Amino acid sequence: MTAAVGSSTFAFSPENKAKADKAIAKYPSGRQASAVLALLDFAQRQSGGWLPREAMDYVANYLQMPLIRVYEVATFYSMFNLKPIGKHHVRVCTTTPCQLRGALALVKACETKLGVKLGETTSDGMFTLGEVECLGACVNAPVIQVGDDYFEDVDAAAAARILDSFGQGQWPKPGPQIDRRNSAPVGGATTLKDLIA
Amino acid sequence: MPKLTVDGQEVTVEPGTTVLQACEAAGKEIPRFCYHERLSVAGNCRMCLVELEKSPKPIASCAMPAGDGMVVKTNTPLVKKAREGVMEMLLINHPLDCPICDQGGECDLQDQAMAYGRGLSRFGEQKRAVSEKYLGPIVKTVMTRCIHCTRCIRFATEIAGVEELGATGRGEHMEIGPYVEKALTSELSGNLVDVCPVGALTLKPYAFAARPWELRNVESIDVHDAVGSNIRVDYRGREVMRVLPRLHEDINEEWISDKTRAAIDGLMRQRLDRPYVRRNGRLIPATWAEAFGAITAKLKGVRGPRIAAIAGDLVDAESMFALKLLMAGLGSPNLDCRQDGAKLDHGARASYLFNSTIAGIERAGALLLIGTNPRLEAALINARIRKRYLRGGFKIGLVGAKADLSYRYEHLGADAEVLREIADGRHGFAETLRQAERPMLIVGQGALARRDGAAVLALSRRIAENSGMVKDGWNGFNVLHTAAARVAGLDIGFVPQAGGLDTDGIVAAAGRGELDLLFLLGADEIDTSALGRTFVVYQGHHGDAGASRADVVLPGAAYTEKDGTYVNTEGRAQVGARAGFPPGDAREDWAIVRALSEEFATAGIGPILPFNTLAELRSRLCALVPTLAAVDSITPAPWSAFGVDGPTDTQPFASPIGDYFQTNAICRASKTMAECSAARTPAVKGATGTHG
Repeated sequence: MTAAVGSSTFAFSPENKAKADKAIAKYPSGRQASAVLALLDFAQRQSGGWLPREAMDYVANYLQMPLIRVYEVATFYSMFNLKPIGKHHVRVCTTTPCQLRGALALVKACETKLGVKLGETTSDGMFTLGEVECLGACVNAPVIQVGDDYFEDVDAAAAARILDSFGQGQWPKPGPQIDRRNSAPVGGATTLKDLIA
Repeated sequence: MPKLTVDGQEVTVEPGTTVLQACEAAGKEIPRFCYHERLSVAGNCRMCLVELEKSPKPIASCAMPAGDGMVVKTNTPLVKKAREGVMEMLLINHPLDCPICDQGGECDLQDQAMAYGRGLSRFGEQKRAVSEKYLGPIVKTVMTRCIHCTRCIRFATEIAGVEELGATGRGEHMEIGPYVEKALTSELSGNLVDVCPVGALTLKPYAFAARPWELRNVESIDVHDAVGSNIRVDYRGREVMRVLPRLHEDINEEWISDKTRAAIDGLMRQRLDRPYVRRNGRLIPATWAEAFGAITAKLKGVRGPRIAAIAGDLVDAESMFALKLLMAGLGSPNLDCRQDGAKLDHGARASYLFNSTIAGIERAGALLLIGTNPRLEAALINARIRKRYLRGGFKIGLVGAKADLSYRYEHLGADAEVLREIADGRHGFAETLRQAERPMLIVGQGALARRDGAAVLALSRRIAENSGMVKDGWNGFNVLHTAAARVAGLDIGFVPQAGGLDTDGIVAAAGRGELDLLFLLGADEIDTSALGRTFVVYQGHHGDAGASRADVVLPGAAYTEKDGTYVNTEGRAQVGARAGFPPGDAREDWAIVRALSEEFATAGIGPILPFNTLAELRSRLCALVPTLAAVDSITPAPWSAFGVDGPTDTQPFASPIGDYFQTNAICRASKTMAECSAARTPAVKGATGTHG
């Protein structure tokens, strides 16, 4: 049986409702709870990057799930923020490969630049600084994730540049911040050169 | 059937059993925390590791199905090392606070650390601390002690049917709790304390009250509902410290309801510990002689029909029997044990029993609930229905008030008209019942305790007969009682004798001044304000509605203070035992009635009751009602006609229980029950200490 109806001042926008129904339709009827991750993501985006309890309760009722089962999912994944965050969520990867390539210095640089510690939000509400576990972009380590975008091959200077342009309301170009195409070798191809030529 | 070798010993087990169960079948003890035979398998504590031949590493025996030809070893150095390792891991974050922990002395972790642990830890870092969670007035939490076995989550989800507990966060930050803190909405929440293998969940009212080795216990029977749960009463001196469930597969399995467990603090409050006689409108403490004298004086020259007696919900069979004999001696035909006015037919035993038996629910194929909310009226029967429901292929229909019963059901309607349709086969659910193998119905007191109760009973009988509920070896007609005393009362015939009045009649006659004396044996649930100027004698254990209206109060014993027979809703006679003596001048109820009869005999009003001991009383009672002699067994009742066909009211059925926690005098005197009740009802805005 579904648990009691929680608080709900939250409701999906028409676009998100359409997306939610599309996500639910991917699963057999009666298995609508499988769409919980997708719906929580939509709810988080709609709520300004974090999940208020009202939004979790709304998703639970939407999927006819007990509230606690949604809370369990939302608290398990670090991608869901349960407290309000700044406009831009800046997360530095500090897992081993990035750490070997200077991630800890990068964290320091970001902290100095933004004037906050890890886990804190700047007073103007623009940035929340955090760390993140491996993003799978180790070949371009170290990596900073801002919102949905990866900024790769970042050093302190590049980080400052990125944060500056976000601060000025621009969207800097994601991807490698050095002269490099995607994950191709730095300085161009090193093998199979004749094949390309 | 798989045949295994456990430590060189061959065992054959049923298909589907686990290696752990196979080891137990071979007489080997396997330590465990997360595994619980009535819950789903989680396999996360790893304490049950055993060595399995051809397996590269130890296996969790609780989660491994037993296979044919498996060779299991439970006493090798590898197993010892594995268990020591697991225990060391479990204790990493477990505080060393056994001296101030209420689980101490009966803690699985403590015992198994002694038996299977290394005795020292190599963990030098800080232990983590976890904040306490509020789970209501019954369950106290010390979450730092939690070892994440998830038994509580599984109990709440599977047995209680309230998905309110979960594991939030992950890794080192995982915490067990409700996330949004509020009291659990289950009537079975106290069982979390029993399933918790450590001191994370303990009984709040029992906190810091006693150590298990200081307590003495007796095995007894619960009286807070008509289920007849088997309990163990732990007491110290006169005080009942706690009540624990006792295993009875056919009744309560190993659970008890929250009322059974936590209403016991009511036994120490509001007690009647001396006789009282009303003088000038006030109840004045008196001696037994004065109290008896007042009754005898009142009775002189009064004819039998102007005397009446009503028995309450918590009374034992022996006391009712003694009172019945006393009333017969006075020539009074006016007695009733149905203080709610239920139109139960005491002629046909099958008409007032839970004939399918509680365990029988698991064999049923479909269920019709009539005017009942089993979750409030008999939480453990509801748990049994849920158990059957979870197995699937069990259609449930409800006629009555909608409620969350912890399982899905089809709401067929709210009044008796729907019953008529089903009885006549005009309703779709009639077909469902007919098609089902072993269909059953449960009629609640909400449907019977009304003017048209007899007609509703007749309709239910017709439904039972028309849908094949009564056949060889199966009787699916069930009445769900709410009072522990009711079935015994009906069995011994504590009902109006020839020309006598029933409860409604007695109250009305009292109001009209047609009665001279009304004897209330623990009857508090009648309208005591409607008794006019009738002289009321109240015999009971709590100063509740009955005592406050009484002219003479005779202090009796509560269920933990007397030996007594109770018959549960199935018709199963069970014997409760005394844990301590009643307070002050209070006495066991049968003895009070016996003493009163002697007083009457001296005054020449009636005969003296023919027994001097409880054993003598019981042997007379059993000779008259043989079913009471067959302790803990069910005598199938023959099927016969009952109920009265007639018109039915249009008003919807309602459960007789409004507030689960306030159903009898003991609960109403209990602080814990009051807290539970308050936790359930939404807080009044701006409420003060004196509010409500």
